[in-house]
Amino acid sequence: MKPFAYVRATSLQQAVDAHACRPGSRYLGGGTNLVDLMKHDVETPTTLIDISRLPLNRVEELPAGGLRIGATVPNADLAAHPLVRSGYPALSQALLAGASGQLRNVATTGGNLLQRTRCPYFQDVSKPCNKRDPGTGCGARDSTYRDLAVLGHSEHCVATHPSDMAVALAALDAGIELYGDTEGPRQVAATAFHRLPGAHPEQDTLIRPGEIVTAVVLPPAAPGAVSLYRKARDRASYAFALASVAAVLELADGRVRHVALAFGGLAHRPWRATVAEQLLAGAPLTDENVLRAVDAELAQARPLRGNAFKVGLARNLARDSLAALAQACGGEPPERLP
Amino acid sequence: MHQAGSGSDPGGGPPHSAPDGAHRSRVTLRVNGTDRDLDVDHRVTLLDALRETLELTGTKKGCDHGQCGACTVLVDGRRANSCLLLAVAQDGAEVTTVEGLADADGTLHPLQRAFLAHDAFQCGYCTPGQLCSAVGVLGEAADGQPSHVTGTAAPSGPVTLTTDEIRERLSGNLCRCGAYNGIVEAVAEVGAGMNGADVTAPSSSAIPPRPDVIV
Ligand SMILES: Cc1cc2nc3c(=O)[nH]c(=O)nc-3n(C[C@H](O)[C@H](O)[C@H](O)COP(=O)(O)OP(=O)(O)OC[C@H]3O[C@@H](n4cnc5c(N)ncnc54)[C@H](O)[C@@H]3O)c2cc1C
Ligand code: FES
Ligand code: FES
Repeated sequence: MKPFAYVRATSLQQAVDAHACRPGSRYLGGGTNLVDLMKHDVETPTTLIDISRLPLNRVEELPAGGLRIGATVPNADLAAHPLVRSGYPALSQALLAGASGQLRNVATTGGNLLQRTRCPYFQDVSKPCNKRDPGTGCGARDSTYRDLAVLGHSEHCVATHPSDMAVALAALDAGIELYGDTEGPRQVAATAFHRLPGAHPEQDTLIRPGEIVTAVVLPPAAPGAVSLYRKARDRASYAFALASVAAVLELADGRVRHVALAFGGLAHRPWRATVAEQLLAGAPLTDENVLRAVDAELAQARPLRGNAFKVGLARNLARDSLAALAQACGGEPPERLP
Repeated sequence: MHQAGSGSDPGGGPPHSAPDGAHRSRVTLRVNGTDRDLDVDHRVTLLDALRETLELTGTKKGCDHGQCGACTVLVDGRRANSCLLLAVAQDGAEVTTVEGLADADGTLHPLQRAFLAHDAFQCGYCTPGQLCSAVGVLGEAADGQPSHVTGTAAPSGPVTLTTDEIRERLSGNLCRCGAYNGIVEAVAEVGAGMNGADVTAPSSSAIPPRPDVIV
């Protein structure tokens, strides 16, 4: 690890000011990703600006409904929050499906959103990687490593985004609050926050240099809506998603009034399944309709050497999740096609 | 207090007036009830500070990357992987390591006794982390914190530590020797607050608890 200076921020403004005048700085949240990457020399900050003690550690109910989750709220506390468990079960479930008890105690909301890919080519400085070192090429694309993207990848990068929480936030239409030295405060939709790699895989998100995630905002949960998160992985616990789905459903007279479907583990960002959602909107939630919609979404998939299995996995996860939610909405589970 | 951060002074000047380039700071950690003042290189993890500087070698280094749980300690009462915490960022924290679990008179923590009684280890390398993690699990469950297997619809209030709950909640602690059955039994026993009660899954009856011969 390279030597670095350390600043403990006491206010938001002081943190962004410190970042502005110290080139090569990084913000330190819980450090569970950043310190790990510093040990690998993937991250070599000159200064760590510790924002973990800023007063951004509260979950507040908003006057018009919804929640504002401070950026330093630990993952464990957010998952256990009564209003999250009752109103946004997909978010609680996604958090609890990630990492381990001791990591969730330390990991923060902001850090979780901004965690980097687990692609082993990114984590190994002896390997080419356009995300870590633009222009060096992508070592992963033709490798035997299988936990790579099937959707939205580019010739420059095939990495996936590892966060479970971010997938739930995409399905829940959350907003991300940012604060920057020059930008001031701004809010962006969670669905727009993470990027596809294109020609610039070094940029995971549309955050600008020096900006801080200050909060995540959840809109009010619709009274009849239900949500869940399901994750498929190589072992039952303490493993990243091979594929996952966050789904929100509201039915009216057996027809879909609102559906949101987001996939994890398939792309460089949480993949909001807008094609499937449009096909399902207003339609009866039959197995046939669900499969038609999900298959239309996944028709865009371009599997790589070893990961075509993810397409079928995602299809089954989405199908089962929507069936479970239909039942939770008080309806009959759709009769399954053979 | 922090060489690298005049900004930590209340109302202090702009951060760029801090002495730049300082790569060390003084920190105070309260470790197992005693204040310890340290002068640390910013790169030093809490794990290395405990082991190398404070010579508390009970806490173990397995992977050094958050992947095995061997380094688990309690920080301000919450279990955490000490290999991913920078000591400088923990200034003022209360840290409990495996050395701090027993009473001052040497009476072992109920979990330590249960680990002995249930043969919950073989080589013992993962054990300090398992113990500290299990202390955290007992507190989290009593506090009503859900796990992946609890379900969001479960009633609030203390969570019963079934074997499924224990396995899920301790999944961040790997045991290379595979002593998991004994570990689950030991935690279940202490969680239930009485010997052997509430341990219903088959795994717990597969190996009957041994009499406490080692103590
Ligand atoms: C063994 C292991 C298993 C894991 N398994 C899973 C899993 O299954 N699912 C999953 O989703 N995650 C998993 N994780 C990842 C974990 O969720 C992340 O490491 C964690 O959420 C990061 O949060 P943090 O606060 O520690 O971030 P940090 O490490 O502090 O920061 C991460 C990045 O975000 C930046 N940053 C932090 N906070 C802010 C902010 N407020 N504003 C701007 N920038 C900020 C930092 O500069 C850094 O670049 C795992 C991690 C490990 C080590
Ligand atoms: S040594 Fe810290 S988790 Fe393995
Ligand atoms: S007892 Fe040997 S690693 Fe657990």
